[in-house]
Amino acid sequence: MTEMLKVTVDRRPPLAVIYTEGYINNQGGEEIARVAYDLIDGDHKTLLLNLKGTKIVNSIGISILIEIIEKMLEIDGQLAFCNLTPTIEKTFHIMGLAQYAKIFADEEVALGELSD
Amino acid sequence: MVDSTVMREVTLTLPMLPDMEIAASKTATALAEFMEMSSDKIDEVRMAVVEACINSFEHSKADDHKVEIRFEVLGNDDPEKLQITIRDSGVGFAPDTLVRPNIEEKLKAASKRGWGLTIIKGLMDEVDIHSGPNGTTVVMTKLR
Repeated sequence: MTEMLKVTVDRRPPLAVIYTEGYINNQGGEEIARVAYDLIDGDHKTLLLNLKGTKIVNSIGISILIEIIEKMLEIDGQLAFCNLTPTIEKTFHIMGLAQYAKIFADEEVALGELSD
Repeated sequence: MVDSTVMREVTLTLPMLPDMEIAASKTATALAEFMEMSSDKIDEVRMAVVEACINSFEHSKADDHKVEIRFEVLGNDDPEKLQITIRDSGVGFAPDTLVRPNIEEKLKAASKRGWGLTIIKGLMDEVDIHSGPNGTTVVMTKLR
């Protein structure tokens, strides 16, 4: 019924930007996790998830993002987000995710902060 | 006090199949747009509907594998409130015994799940849950 989430990556070692397009449900979350773990294996310790192309997420998808945050904390890395819709950002705050993952307005601001 | 006249009503019966929650979210969006809600509020309603459907799909164990959803636009001359009732005929649960999930604990836990009701309550203006052995009904409302 819905198309599979599209995930693309821009590698800028030691940082990488993950772009999503579509609904982040369980399959979408798993696809993001697959890409994220490949990047972690490739020594990318900072991941920026740009959700400009995602207008809706569900709690199962977000739970998988929490798994990625857990993994990043284990390796002393970080997962950050940018270009969230106001509702997705509000949801992340409701869940307390913002305590463990930085949220930036857009990619330019995020890269400026994360590259320091 | 918001008048409770039903200005418009839509009912859906959805099979518990992957991504069927999107069908419900589209109906919610159409009605919220009719009410001229802000785009942020429409998104909040849409996400709450998705979560309520997923909760039923995942946890109800309903024999008929169906969820019934009633969308009601309430108001008088102008639409004031969108009320959404989501009902399944599953095994039910005890809403009062649910513990609000905590991110710190979830980060350490094997299961990161269990956020649905927290998200719904955070996004909607009112949420009532009635649950028993014959099923669960969630009534949630958003003011325009």
